[in-house]
Amino acid sequence: MIEATGKSILNGIAIGKVKLYKPPVVDIQPVKADDPAAELARYEEAHEKAIEQQWVLYDKALAEAGEENAAVFEIHAMLLEDDDLINGIKDIINNEQMTAEYAVKTASDNMAQIFAQMEDAYMKERAADIYDIGQSMLDILLGNDVESLQGTEPSILIAEDLVPSETVRLDKSLLLGFVTREGSTNSHTAILARSMNIPALVQCKDIDDSWDGKDAIIDGYKGCIYIDPDPELREELTKKYNEDKEARAMLEELKGKDNTTLDGKTVKVYANIGGPQDIKAVQENDAGGVGLFRTEFVYLNSKDNPDEEAQFKAYKEVVEALAPKLVILRTCDIGADKTIDYMNLDKEENPALGFRAIRICLTRKDFFKTQLRALLRASAYGNMGIMFPMIISVAELKAAKEILEECKQELLAEGVAIGEYQIGTMIETPASVIIADELAEECDFFSIGTNDLTQYTCAIDRQNAKLEPFSDTHHPAVLKLIQMTIEAGHRHGTWVGICGELGADPTLTERFLRMGVDELSVNPKSVLPLRKIIRETDLSKPAE
Amino acid sequence: MKEFTYTITDPVGIHARPAGQLVKVAKGFESAATMIAGEKSADMKKPIGLMGLGVKLDDTVTIQVEGPDEDAACAALEEFMKANF
Repeated sequence: MIEATGKSILNGIAIGKVKLYKPPVVDIQPVKADDPAAELARYEEAHEKAIEQQWVLYDKALAEAGEENAAVFEIHAMLLEDDDLINGIKDIINNEQMTAEYAVKTASDNMAQIFAQMEDAYMKERAADIYDIGQSMLDILLGNDVESLQGTEPSILIAEDLVPSETVRLDKSLLLGFVTREGSTNSHTAILARSMNIPALVQCKDIDDSWDGKDAIIDGYKGCIYIDPDPELREELTKKYNEDKEARAMLEELKGKDNTTLDGKTVKVYANIGGPQDIKAVQENDAGGVGLFRTEFVYLNSKDNPDEEAQFKAYKEVVEALAPKLVILRTCDIGADKTIDYMNLDKEENPALGFRAIRICLTRKDFFKTQLRALLRASAYGNMGIMFPMIISVAELKAAKEILEECKQELLAEGVAIGEYQIGTMIETPASVIIADELAEECDFFSIGTNDLTQYTCAIDRQNAKLEPFSDTHHPAVLKLIQMTIEAGHRHGTWVGICGELGADPTLTERFLRMGVDELSVNPKSVLPLRKIIRETDLSKPAE
Repeated sequence: MKEFTYTITDPVGIHARPAGQLVKVAKGFESAATMIAGEKSADMKKPIGLMGLGVKLDDTVTIQVEGPDEDAACAALEEFMKANF
């Protein structure tokens, strides 16, 4: 067995035979042409065909990978029509009297060099686009046929590199995966492969022509390719391959469906996220909204107090991208197990019961206002909920709301647009459950944080591994508190969600539904499995 | 000649796709349009050169338009820049 590593572009497995994808090496020499006018005509024909081809590829990519990924070919068509490039090529043909092949290659390589030398990673990547359009004209001039290089059997291709146009032109029903020596995870080729769900490795320096025709497995999770894999490994990865296939099938089956039980009760299933990088996961897993956006990342990723502008940008990005879906942002929950140097928090004997979350925010009002102003400004771009953590009294909730109102009035006076938003309370202390009726009158929704609620109810430090034998994640007291919260909320028209880990626990889903919970917010990957359970539940039957 | 300055607010700067659309806008007018970024400048009717300026977030660029329809061209380019970069 040979094992080689590369950079994986997709968490997936491909199993099959290797096919060496090797375009003929064309050494284009500076050859003088006998008839410059004929070379010019050849170039012009190739140029026109290449532009047409980009639009054909655009349509193919559009069908296979969506508009966002097809756009690269629109860009290529536009680059082909660039006057600097066209004049550069014509100059070489007319003045240096070279062949059309040499002119195309030289002029496009020169252009590509400009981008290859740029510092910016995005712009560097554009060099590949210029090489690609140059290559597409060369292929036409030389009569190269990309499709025939792929062969006729389903296979894993190994190649020096694949340009986006090659990736699109390949027959997807025969393309199990591919491995290239060059390339980057940001390239259009990588993006195209990802959107078409094709496992692939790039920058695999050890690929070898001798692999041609051998059995191979790409493990995209580890970024490895195995040639002639051992039987145990083959068995293990085949199992994983089948699991992936099932998960994908479930995705296809459940996407766009309601979270409705067999007897017709619908519940919202939202996702918990930690920042703008999770937007994609929310969309891919078809979550109905975001039930918990932990805003701590803006503090943790910053060397100093993050300013209003930086926070606003991050919040706006998420709210805007997911609109009109509801996005619930939890205000700063620093303290306890999450500390930050620049906040200068004292070391505490008992941090879980200490100076944290809303307690810091109500003490350091200016710090709090910076976040609230950023949130209110972002509210204009979508559908927002603002949620306060660690509330134990009505006075705290009222105080937080007053500061929010103060920020709102300030912003309105400054002429800044503010959208509609809901106000919510995190229910994560027994105190808040016991006074839930009073709290419900002051807010639009509750969200139950089951991790802290369990810790505070059972007096079990969740960081202390020694306490595991004493800990019961389904402690009846916690479940009863959840029920009390839902009932109290509903008495006052306040909707109730669960955003802690218990929300994703499939053994509790039916119980929560019977309690009348309105929303469950879970990590994005759990959204569809939870939807499946909900759709298989029948609340009209007696509880087991 | 007419000109205006603009500071890029898009995190990726002048990236490929909107750069192409910007070229389309520029080509729609007879006037010559030039983008100046620091010591470099580019013809706004040529996408490769335009992207080759490497304009990034927070860079300030000057756009100069000269020709018979410069008023309309300038207004259209400024509007497009504001909406897309």
